[in-house]
Amino acid sequence: MSRLFLRSPEAVAGTIILALLVAMALAAPWLFPRDPLAIAGPAMLPPFQDWTIPLGTDRLGRDVLSGLFHGARTSLAVGLAAAATSIVVGVLVGTIAGFAGGWVDEVLMRVTDAFQTVPGFLLALAFVSVAGPSLGVVVVAIALGAWTQPARITRAEVLSIRERDYVAGARVIGMHPAEIAFREVLPNALPPVLALSSVIVAAAVLTEAALSFLGLGDPNRVTWGGMIAEGRAVLRSAPFLSIVPGIALVLTVLGVYLVGEGAVEASAVKRGNA
Amino acid sequence: MSADLLSVSGLTKRFSRGGKAFAALDGVDFAIAPGETLALVGPSGSGKSTVARCILRLVEPDAGKIRFEGQDLLDLRGAALRSMRARLQMVFQDPLAAFNPRATVARLINDPLRIHDVARRAERPAAIASLLERVGLSPDLATRHVHEISGGQRQRVAIARAIATKPRLIVLDEAVSALDVSVRADVLKLLKALQDEDGLAYLFITHDLGVVRAVADRVAVMDAGRIVEQGAPSQIIGAPSSATARALVAAAPRLLGSETV
Repeated sequence: MSRLFLRSPEAVAGTIILALLVAMALAAPWLFPRDPLAIAGPAMLPPFQDWTIPLGTDRLGRDVLSGLFHGARTSLAVGLAAAATSIVVGVLVGTIAGFAGGWVDEVLMRVTDAFQTVPGFLLALAFVSVAGPSLGVVVVAIALGAWTQPARITRAEVLSIRERDYVAGARVIGMHPAEIAFREVLPNALPPVLALSSVIVAAAVLTEAALSFLGLGDPNRVTWGGMIAEGRAVLRSAPFLSIVPGIALVLTVLGVYLVGEGAVEASAVKRGNA
Repeated sequence: MSADLLSVSGLTKRFSRGGKAFAALDGVDFAIAPGETLALVGPSGSGKSTVARCILRLVEPDAGKIRFEGQDLLDLRGAALRSMRARLQMVFQDPLAAFNPRATVARLINDPLRIHDVARRAERPAAIASLLERVGLSPDLATRHVHEISGGQRQRVAIARAIATKPRLIVLDEAVSALDVSVRADVLKLLKALQDEDGLAYLFITHDLGVVRAVADRVAVMDAGRIVEQGAPSQIIGAPSSATARALVAAAPRLLGSETV
């Protein structure tokens, strides 16, 4: 599986990008032990002028490179946490709906419909403005809009799996329905959902950036979206302030997509061989 | 009738396909005594598997009665139904489809032991090993995944899983049809041996009259959701009275050839 995975150039590129990002996020407190929100030098210093502040400073004299590193922490943490939350919730809802059927299925799927009709970003926006911006709230806000897709995919998968003979076999030996649902059916319904997970992570990273851009991110943390918003006011005189975190964001999303794509391809090849 | 282990009467099940309702089962009656093997034969689509699935409560019949050990099976719900399942087991036609693709052999056999509290956690590995030995498999197989063993071995694992809870009746739904001939004979021999040791009763669903002759005490012939003929195997195979039974016998030239040898 891993050999297949590393055979495709996209997957290798994606892995390198993500590894660099994770390294950045992990190294941030050592390389930049100072508060990234503190003043590091003269304001609006362009990049490559002072080698102690290689990427220059923003309007308030904060180190852009330090912000980039610390921002990687926030982006990755929020992206992964929001995606994990939405996948866990979605898979649970989808499994229960698909396996129980009847009115339980009806109720759960109408709730899913209700969430799906409201644009995810609007939902996140509304939730953060009511609950107040903090890291946990942002994670929940993003998950609110993102759990419906894994729920639908899981339900569809469960509907086909529950008719299989091994589910009948589990009933015949007297297994409790809850155990059949979560131990026999759910693990076998996961692959298509996991294939979707890269898309969900990428979308979560972008949503987080968009929330921060609108000033609804956690104010005590540096975020790339916040940095872009900060640079927008001086876009003409210092475009690098928006461009640098913008490139970081693009690379992150690209890296996540490429890794996801590579994983799906590798598993498809593996299944084809089997 | 009260001596019967299983008695089925008036079993009816309708399915609708393409908006048209048709009767998969249309008043099926039969009984199985303790330790007896009843073969249920019939052409495909005659409702044999639906009978099995109704008895195992995988499909709810529309009408009729099923009594097992004097209890009304169709009355059981929830925990009572699950605990009854220890005494009424089933072996499916395709063991690869009937096992969770992620499971190991040990886990498959462990499940009934755990669910019905047959053995304590610490004793289960030994219980699994002895069940594997009973069905003629090496205990080393326990750590393998189901897709890593052969079809014959898989069906033996299915039998080990079925006898784990010491049932009184096992429904075998085309359990040997997918096996090749030499393996089939061995599995039939194993089933016979288990029956002699434990006094098991079998409901043997098949379309293969050779299998019927080898294992059955009695035969019931099904067609279009009804039992059209019942009797001893020699009588059904030697002098079939129903058109269905005659067609089945005529369609098994291999059997006639082997009889003369």
